Amino acid sequence: MTDLPTRSIDLKNVLSGSAPTADHSEGMSYLQSVPRRIVTLYLPLTIIVVVLLFPFYWMALTSVKPDEQLLDLDRYNPFWTWNPTFKHFHKLLFESYYPHWLWNTMYVAICATVLSIIASVLAAYAIVRLRYKGANLVGGLIFLAYLVPPSILFIPLATVVFQYGLFDSPMALILTYPTILIPFSTWLLMGYFKTIPFELEECALIDGASRWQILIKIVLPLAIPGLISAFIFCFTLCWNEFIYALTFLQSTSNKTVPVAIVNEFVDGDIYRWGSLMAGALAGSLPLVILYAFFVEHYVSAMTGAVKE
Amino acid sequence: MADVVVASQAKPQFREASAWDQLKYNRNWLGFWFMLPAMAFLIFFLAYPLGLGIWLSFTDTRIGRVGQFIGIENYQWLWDDAIFWLSVFNTLLYTIVASALKFAIGLYLALLLNENMPFKAMLRAMVLIPFIVPTVLSALAFWWIFDSQFSIISWSLKHLGLISQNINFLGDTTWARICVIFANIWRGVPFVAITLLAGLQTVSPSLYEAATLDGATRWQNFRYITYPLLTPIIAVVMTFSVLFTFTDFQLIWAMTRGGPVNATHLMATLSYQRAIIAGQLGEGAAISSAMIPFLLAAIMVSWFGLQRRKWQQGESND
Repeated sequence: MTDLPTRSIDLKNVLSGSAPTADHSEGMSYLQSVPRRIVTLYLPLTIIVVVLLFPFYWMALTSVKPDEQLLDLDRYNPFWTWNPTFKHFHKLLFESYYPHWLWNTMYVAICATVLSIIASVLAAYAIVRLRYKGANLVGGLIFLAYLVPPSILFIPLATVVFQYGLFDSPMALILTYPTILIPFSTWLLMGYFKTIPFELEECALIDGASRWQILIKIVLPLAIPGLISAFIFCFTLCWNEFIYALTFLQSTSNKTVPVAIVNEFVDGDIYRWGSLMAGALAGSLPLVILYAFFVEHYVSAMTGAVKE
Repeated sequence: MADVVVASQAKPQFREASAWDQLKYNRNWLGFWFMLPAMAFLIFFLAYPLGLGIWLSFTDTRIGRVGQFIGIENYQWLWDDAIFWLSVFNTLLYTIVASALKFAIGLYLALLLNENMPFKAMLRAMVLIPFIVPTVLSALAFWWIFDSQFSIISWSLKHLGLISQNINFLGDTTWARICVIFANIWRGVPFVAITLLAGLQTVSPSLYEAATLDGATRWQNFRYITYPLLTPIIAVVMTFSVLFTFTDFQLIWAMTRGGPVNATHLMATLSYQRAIIAGQLGEGAAISSAMIPFLLAAIMVSWFGLQRRKWQQGESND
């Protein structure tokens, strides 16, 4: 709707240090002495980062520790292990449905994301560029849809899914996840489409291109960074989704990773921790790897949705 | 301007525009076709269920049985239900404490990350990892960290000589609340910090230089430059944060499932328990419908935040 004061957000700069701000802030940092910087900057920063990352270290460590070390805190130092084992991962991969669950999650996430991106591209283009009657109102309604949380929809959706005969099938998730993803990605793509100059479209119209051709051949190639952002963010949201998957799926082999780990691995076994953490780690790794490659796109997706 | 061209295409000189041409070239019809897939999803799986949910809350539907309209009986029932009120209290406590701390720590972290230092890019990327990892999976890590017997925190505190017995983190009502709130803050801080950092980078450094020349302290720099310029983005970020904290489900479900003695039951988890596990769809729907007024309040706050932002910039409300 409106841009922020003074300067619009330069997304690449949020993560890279090469912000224009960085050049100037050098100018004022001489005002601070080194000891003062350590106390006011490095120390609190280290504490926060350690707290933020500790659970992952703990997850990874637990998943490679032998069982007896996990439960005997007196004889072994719990913060490290000298004889890592892949027993828990082996159990996960060959003695459980884990590969199945991983595949289900991936399949649902990709299908739902692709469906939502297609629908959102069309919707965002229509709202921003076709500007049909009531386009602004529809844009506002889509933003409101973004604010409707799954936790107030899952009960009626469960009855709807049941009526349509989709209960306990991946289709239930593929069709319901877009309700979370479409508002978000439409809003994000609207922001990207607005930055594409009108003149390009006008030229194409004069040369006889249809709206469809303009969208496919001109707008989409220019909006590729936005599409990547929307895609990976939607994918992450799908992977993360829990309550729909918990409600709509019943049979063990159909479940997605988050639901399956919570329901199938949590038994009374005192030795469950190793495989539980191995499962959690293996379920997070695909997203973390994706994130490592597309850090800037994640940030632009996050800030883009808030900025508008 | 582009539309003028379309309009002239739609009315060729030599024949009248047929109905088919209208469907193909008219701006409003084209808009309709382009909106169709998104609207179909949102109407069938969002708007319709939203209405259906409110309707269900006025019926006595159970799983496998169509309900009768029973008026506001579900709500009357909830009004006298101590567990429901406990869940409302828990939800408000959870939302207020977690959101306030998320805001404070997130803003602080954003300010720290905005400083010039080595490995800046890598640090910023690392901070966001808790936001990327699925909530349930990190909640499981917290479950293990807060285990009653083998908690690493209890172990460390014991070895430091601060406590003599293990803390029963998730078994004690107060501790359980603290733990779930901590886990929620842990998960939410990166989002708040990174979005506020994006806002911070739009603030021109020359403002700080000018203020410092005029003798402003660091606190005054923050209070009179950073904070006012950041207010609009804070309003939006905090609305999202409050909204998603209020309706949180997965973190609680993975860590405590509402226990011990309902001390961590939020409205979302209670509605799941009543509707899906106990099968009382009508009552569960009433609990989740009871969240709607709170959500509307949060949206209103966001709306007025945005209004103020336009007013501050001296722009017209377009």
